[in-house]
Amino acid sequence: MENNTIIKIENLVKQFPVGGGTFTALNGISLSFGKGEFSGIVGPSGSGKTTLLNIIGSLDSPTKGEVTVMGTGSGGMNAKTASQLRKNHIGFIFQTYNLMSVYTVYENVEFPLLLLKMPASERRKAVLDAIEWVGLTDKIKSRPPQLSGGESQRVAIARAMVKRPGLVLADEPTANLDAANSHHILQTMETLNKELKTTFLFATHDDKVIRYLKRIVTLADGKVVSDESVK
Amino acid sequence: MLSFYLKGLLRDRSRSLMPIIVVAIGVALVVLIQCWITGVLGDMIDFNANFSTGHVKIMSRTYYENIDQLPNDLALLESDELLGKIKDQYPGMMWVERIQFGGLVDAPDENGETKEQGPGGGMAVDLLSGKSGEAERLNLERSLVRGALPAGSFEILLSDDFARKLDVQVGDPVTLIGSTMFGAMSITNFTVCGTVRFGSAVLDRGGIIADISGIRSAFDMTGATGEILGFFPDGYYDDEAAGKLSSEFNETYSDPQDEYAPVMVPLREQNNLTGYLDLVGYMKSFIIIIFVIAMSIVLWNSGLLGGLRRYGEMGLRLAIGEEKPHIYRSLITEAVFIGLAGSVAGTAIGLLFSYWMTKGIDISGMLSNSTMMMQGVMKAEIVPAAYYIGFIPGVLATVLGTALAGIGIYKRQTAQLFKELQV
Ligand SMILES: Nc1ncnc2c1ncn2[C@@H]1O[C@H](COP(=O)(O)OP(=O)(O)O)[C@@H](O)[C@H]1O
Ligand SMILES: [Mg+2]
Repeated sequence: MENNTIIKIENLVKQFPVGGGTFTALNGISLSFGKGEFSGIVGPSGSGKTTLLNIIGSLDSPTKGEVTVMGTGSGGMNAKTASQLRKNHIGFIFQTYNLMSVYTVYENVEFPLLLLKMPASERRKAVLDAIEWVGLTDKIKSRPPQLSGGESQRVAIARAMVKRPGLVLADEPTANLDAANSHHILQTMETLNKELKTTFLFATHDDKVIRYLKRIVTLADGKVVSDESVK
Repeated sequence: MLSFYLKGLLRDRSRSLMPIIVVAIGVALVVLIQCWITGVLGDMIDFNANFSTGHVKIMSRTYYENIDQLPNDLALLESDELLGKIKDQYPGMMWVERIQFGGLVDAPDENGETKEQGPGGGMAVDLLSGKSGEAERLNLERSLVRGALPAGSFEILLSDDFARKLDVQVGDPVTLIGSTMFGAMSITNFTVCGTVRFGSAVLDRGGIIADISGIRSAFDMTGATGEILGFFPDGYYDDEAAGKLSSEFNETYSDPQDEYAPVMVPLREQNNLTGYLDLVGYMKSFIIIIFVIAMSIVLWNSGLLGGLRRYGEMGLRLAIGEEKPHIYRSLITEAVFIGLAGSVAGTAIGLLFSYWMTKGIDISGMLSNSTMMMQGVMKAEIVPAAYYIGFIPGVLATVLGTALAGIGIYKRQTAQLFKELQV
């Protein structure tokens, strides 16, 4: 189990400066997640889910405590190692999809591989595979404005998955989707989790998502209030 | 990767088209102003050279020192001999003798009594030898308003305005009252063979053009000349060559003991042109700097607006693992392409307008009281520099504007850029 740990969080505290003082968004979090988990941080709005996910994704840094993700610790992290970590090992999925509207579906999915300098032929195969996983092969040349919300989020999943990262972080991925589309993308992610052994970590307060999770970590006011596995 | 960015750039009109238009307008103006200044300057140089200074001018040293007084008593003596020598020495150059003079022109009525009288300034040039090229140089044929060019030593041309003021017609006699080289009074009769208008206020106010033989005889200047003007064979003033030629000549001929010894002076050092030529040089650089600053500010602002719109994209690219310096460099690369595209378009537009302006704009109305040796029509001239000069402000301003706007990316925390994705 220890060797399988992909995320290790110890006594994490995150404070933001507000007005004259500070606001404590995360207050003494200790958690670890193993390889291949399909788990979620759950809690009401403002409980600190996004803050926690951002720190795990090295987009933000802890005020106190230590976070180690795939062997890279937050202690000695700088901008360069942080972007290396994100580039090589982490895929992000956001509530608002964040596709680049001037690029086609194909190009949006291709972008992470361009950053990795993957050779062209290998890249092409990877992009086509990723688009196939999410069932959008017929939309390859479409631009984001021509896609529905569900289709857009599927492109975002393909973009996160195309480099076959060890970890995918999904922050409220269904917030803008209806029930049918929510189920569709969750099924897609569940399948990818099984087939590619990718670790998924969600931040959500959506029951439709929660039903799919194998492990539910509940946050309230920046603290873990429960951590339960679903069989 | 580069082609990926450029694809995005081309597809996003607000990121490409707008800045390209801004750059193109600025660059077109720079090119146009450049051509226009060059044209006006070139015309001014030609005009000064042809009518007054030559590309170089030889005078006696004291004549040069007192040139404002048209001091023909200080003229070069035995000018034929000197002329022969320099023609041998500088066979490519065109050398001509001229005498500048002042005097009173008296127009008599039928009874020989003074009808009208007025002070005039004149130029005696070689019109009759047929080899001097002076008639073409002074553009006499085309400037002729009435009558014909002098066919004899005692025929003169008057500026048309002067002739009207004196109320003389072509064919009428006039008397030129002046002083001989030796200080005696000189009264000589001439026939007005024609009138001219040069389109320059200085020349048109009280101008006289005569053949040098008549004036020599009138002012007792046989074998002497006030000035010898030299022109480069291709007709273009070359400041460096003129300077070199002059110092070479002066080394051989000047004599500190003899104040009548000849000196050669290049165009630049005559008629206060030094200051003017330098000023024009500064003006050109100044205009380019102004445009770089103005365009940078505009592009900086549009870059900031574009940047705000692109925070989402930037946050996303950071999230996917692109590094900040890499993003910044990609923005600069985009700017270079925009700058180049805008500069190409702007240069083409600028050249087109300049070409149209080579036909000239009439400003003679504005110059009616001017004493500057300037033509009344301003023309643009397309020089090689016009093809590349616009790229300096074009590319510099886009890169500078983008660099300034892009600093925002550095200032913002990654998490902050990223948060803006969530809304
Ligand atoms: N940059 C920030 N500055 C100040 N307060 C912040 C900042 N980011 C988040 N917070 C605060 O931290 C708390 C947790 O925010 P967040 O992690 O976004 O919650 P959740 O995602 O669970 O809704 C909120 O009260 C929010 O206002
Ligand atoms: Mg949140």
